[in-house]
Amino acid sequence: MTAAASQTFVNVGERTNVTGSARFRKMITEGRYADAVEVARQQVENGAQVIDVNMDEGMLDGAEAMRTFLNLIAAEPDIARVPVMIDSSKWDVIKAGLKCVQGKAIVNSISMKEGEEQFRKQARECLAFGAAVVVMAFDETGQADTKARKVEICQRAFRILTEEVGFPAEDIIFDPNIFAVATGIEEHNNYAVDFIEAAKVIRETCPGCHISGGLSNVSFSFRGNEPVRRAMHSVFLYYAIPAGLDMAIVNAGQLDIYDDIEPELRERVEDVILNRRDDATERLIEIAEGFKGQKGKAQEKDLSWREAPVEKRLEHALVHGITEFINDDTEEARLKADRPLHVIEGPLMDGMNVVGDLFGSGKMFLPQVVKSARVMKQAVAWLEPYMEEEKQRLGTVDVSNGKVLMATVKGDVHDIGKNIVGVVLACNGYEILDLGVMVPAETILDTAANESVDIIGLSGLITPSLDEMVYVASEMERRGMKQPLLIGGATTSPAHTAVKIEPAIRCAPVVHVADASRAVGVVSSLLSEDEKDNFVTQTKARYERMRESRAGGPPKPRLPLAEAREARLKLDWDAYSPPKPTYEGVKTFKDFDLATLARYIDWTPYFSAWDLAGKYPQILKDEIVGEAASSLWRDTQAMMQVLIGESWFQPKAVVGFWRANSDGDDIRLGTGDVFHTLRQQMVKDNTRANFALSDFIAPEGDDWIGGFCVTSGLQAEEIAEEFKTKGDDYSSIMVKALADRFAEALAEYMHERARKELWAYAPEEDLSCEELIAEKYRGIRPAPGYPSQPEHTEKETLFKLLDVENRIGVSLTSSFAMTPAASVSGMYFAHPDSVYFAVGRIEKDQVEDYARRKGWDTRKAERWLAPILNYDPFAVG
Amino acid sequence: MNRQERIAALKAAAKERILILDGSWGVMIQRRGLEEADYRADRFGEDKYPGQMKGNNDILCITRPDIVTDLHDAYYGAGADISETNTFSATVIAQDDYKLDPQSVWDINLEGAKLGRAAADAWTAKEPHKPRFLAGSIGPLNKMLSMSSDVNDPGARSVTFDEVYDAYRHQIRALNEGGVDLYLIETITDTLNCKACIKAIMDLEEEGMDKLPIWISGTITDRSGRTLSGQTVEAFWNSVRHAKPFAIGFNCALGADLMRPHIAALSRVADTLVAAYPNAGLPNEMGQYDEEPEETSGSVGGWAKDGLVNILGGCCGTTPEHIAAIAKAVEGVKPRTPVPSKHTMRLAGLEPFEVAS
Repeated sequence: MTAAASQTFVNVGERTNVTGSARFRKMITEGRYADAVEVARQQVENGAQVIDVNMDEGMLDGAEAMRTFLNLIAAEPDIARVPVMIDSSKWDVIKAGLKCVQGKAIVNSISMKEGEEQFRKQARECLAFGAAVVVMAFDETGQADTKARKVEICQRAFRILTEEVGFPAEDIIFDPNIFAVATGIEEHNNYAVDFIEAAKVIRETCPGCHISGGLSNVSFSFRGNEPVRRAMHSVFLYYAIPAGLDMAIVNAGQLDIYDDIEPELRERVEDVILNRRDDATERLIEIAEGFKGQKGKAQEKDLSWREAPVEKRLEHALVHGITEFINDDTEEARLKADRPLHVIEGPLMDGMNVVGDLFGSGKMFLPQVVKSARVMKQAVAWLEPYMEEEKQRLGTVDVSNGKVLMATVKGDVHDIGKNIVGVVLACNGYEILDLGVMVPAETILDTAANESVDIIGLSGLITPSLDEMVYVASEMERRGMKQPLLIGGATTSPAHTAVKIEPAIRCAPVVHVADASRAVGVVSSLLSEDEKDNFVTQTKARYERMRESRAGGPPKPRLPLAEAREARLKLDWDAYSPPKPTYEGVKTFKDFDLATLARYIDWTPYFSAWDLAGKYPQILKDEIVGEAASSLWRDTQAMMQVLIGESWFQPKAVVGFWRANSDGDDIRLGTGDVFHTLRQQMVKDNTRANFALSDFIAPEGDDWIGGFCVTSGLQAEEIAEEFKTKGDDYSSIMVKALADRFAEALAEYMHERARKELWAYAPEEDLSCEELIAEKYRGIRPAPGYPSQPEHTEKETLFKLLDVENRIGVSLTSSFAMTPAASVSGMYFAHPDSVYFAVGRIEKDQVEDYARRKGWDTRKAERWLAPILNYDPFAVG
Repeated sequence: MNRQERIAALKAAAKERILILDGSWGVMIQRRGLEEADYRADRFGEDKYPGQMKGNNDILCITRPDIVTDLHDAYYGAGADISETNTFSATVIAQDDYKLDPQSVWDINLEGAKLGRAAADAWTAKEPHKPRFLAGSIGPLNKMLSMSSDVNDPGARSVTFDEVYDAYRHQIRALNEGGVDLYLIETITDTLNCKACIKAIMDLEEEGMDKLPIWISGTITDRSGRTLSGQTVEAFWNSVRHAKPFAIGFNCALGADLMRPHIAALSRVADTLVAAYPNAGLPNEMGQYDEEPEETSGSVGGWAKDGLVNILGGCCGTTPEHIAAIAKAVEGVKPRTPVPSKHTMRLAGLEPFEVAS
């Protein structure tokens, strides 16, 4: 074959054909389907663009074998990516095949063997299944052998298909029968020529159609002599393709390049194929024996990954779903490890985490993940005897994997995701108790208790299921159940789990599982004696942080808005003379010294950005994360030196002051703008007020409010991107995390300048950085989106007043996030009694009032205030 | 107008302008705060139908027809040309979750189609210049033909092709009898399920049932750009083209932003109308859809102006306000011109494979 020809020529893999491959037939008759699937995989790897599947073997239930095999390869994305050719002479086998393929397949074949009526019927059915068809040049009188018969039959079939059945011409593939040549029978000598010439006429007279053929037939007389057969195939293709053959069933791994065929062999093969001389057959036989011993170069799979260290090999096998070497590799890893369990917890889980990441980022899809789980299972199975042996030897208690209950909650019928998690866990050796869909809380919890399960997994897809999960959790709490609770499903989220579910259950850990590939890691951590406490603590800390940032909590009784206002903070304005800022309006500040700002950094949030929980500097000596934290700290300090030395960031700030008076819960500015604030509605004891930020501003007379926005600048994101392109994600993340810290530090620094110099109400202030971080100064700087003003859209007013975008290049996204992200904004309040507080949950009366003040409808207000609503906006009655 | 005239009017309207489909039914029904008793009415007593019926929105076609009619009216009133029957899960397979018998499933489809028919005809009578159409909603099943139901046996399936085929065939006959103008096979997660549905329609038509336009709407479930059963956009199109669909498109799963590249990919290859009805964004962390009508209409309006689509509507989380906003955004915008048919053999596995003629 020449390169040019191969571009429009379709290779149909022939090795998954029981009539053509004795090896494959043996696999199928012995029920070795896993091996049979490997044959298909090899075909595709070798370049087959379509794979032919044939199960026509007398001893087989062909339909059943076809169904089994097609369903199996459907689960192999590497194979299933190519179309299937369903090959059988039996119509019921073809139909069984058509019922298994989601793609557009080719039926091989139908013909007029049993008359036109049957032919029409079968063609119509292929059309309804959406398949292309191979039509054999075969009619009531038999198979076409001569050029004239081939042409006549194909033309008749074409007319019936296109004119009577409505079959698209482009989906018709004629097979004008490739027959064996060089058989010693003179009548056979012209068969190849008949085919090639017929192909040409058929392509010309049946516009749009295709021509295919079973290539191996042509060389049938040279069975056992692969080099000669390969040469015959290549030569046949060399002449048939220009004539119109555009598809052939071939062993894609075994085609020689036409130009590479030994010249003498090539010449004699050409004589045979083209029927150029009477003694062609004898002359080929003469030299054929001499080529017999030569093996064609074996087609190798790409095995370069086998050279990597064993951990990488395990990862590769998991990611690609390859089970071929998994036992050997697992064994090698076992010998390296102290305990067999460590292989699971180490390299195997690492590999599954890679799978999880790829899945999460859309680079793998579900069937592949499920396949990875199978590889995992096999590896675990290999280790099991060793773990068993270890158990006997050490007399340890049964470390068996445990029992997991799974259910889709009441009111929800979606279960695909739950089932996937179930199978992934099952193949990691966990016993799964699947209660199905629409399972009431009582059933879940009774079963969990009666069956003494180790973990309870809840799934749901529709939004009301979220509430049902909260209910299940609260019931667990009421019953004092101890099993960890897993939450999963499309609408669930870590935030919802943290804010709504975890507070409902204190007696057992709750973990949100983002996707199926994470389930094994979570479950194994929760059931591992070594890891459980740490895992639970870290998860709890993470959810705690999420809750803090949302100021959520379980619904509690609220005061009516009027009463809450009555209980506002009543400052004695007569006894207070508001300080006057040194300027009114807005000023920009730049050219900051990074080394100075660095001293204002609060490092604790930096570590939590890396998922390391603990307070700086104690965290560096922390029992659990100390080592990781110290290592990060060293790398961070190294980067800080360069960063400050080379001035990577150019931070900027903008600060403004305006005249302001409070008006109820609003703050009206001299500019005509209004800051809307929200009031606490929680029921408090009599001594504490129900705060709103407006309480800190005088209702009349002279008073002022400040506003600020600071940013680390645009450079951080560019530098982070540069690291990323170089493949250094670690540094990339570090730059971003540091940019965040510098923005916070600048906010702290500017606030100090505001107090001492710009607003100048505390010129004598002299606090250490620790004291600053502990906020031991007069006045506050709350920001929209944070607990004292949880409503984000207020940033719009602030940004307008400060002219932020023009002055320092920070802008707001449609959801009112600041970009670049390493930016901080807020308002300044100077009153000595001003404090940070959390608005907490609010009632509908305030939402309606707020909406009116903002000029919104209530629904819009509910959307923006969703995290702090004390009621369900969708509830009725 | 009789049905053939309505179909002709539908095809003519599609040449003139961008057609508007209705929006979410789930969120609108949720807002009504219905109770178990609303779902059951007198017909579905707990003695015969144990377990929970609440949440089975399709059954409201029988038990709360007033609400179904209201929602059709709300969407037609918002400017939808096409509204869908409330029959998304009305197959014997999906309704088995509620232990519904085949006759009840039949009645849901029949009554659902009649309610929609009456609503559409009333609006057409009121506004003859803008005839309204009714699409028979045919949703996915909770059982998939291409995915293994047991990881230890990748060949295992929880349902057979024939069972899926029979379930769809039953639904299609009832919808047709109830008077729908077209079928909308939607939220397709598994192309083989969809192919069983297509075959049921083609077989019924071969047997003499009225021939109606088919609209096929798949679902791309994640950023990989594949269907849940693993196909790429073009492979999906190749696998269902034989239905000669009136329209092809995607719905659900993604908001407009994430759906755009897939609609664009389809728009490049489909020689028929392209349709899209995304969700109102992705659900937020609290499980609520919070994209504003203007945001949705802003995105999909852009697709219309870029010539990517012929039909627009909304899926999960969208409301009559969203539909009204979309209708407004595409008013006067020229519909996409389908690409000319290309006569090549277009096969597909999970990926497309084209053989030039």
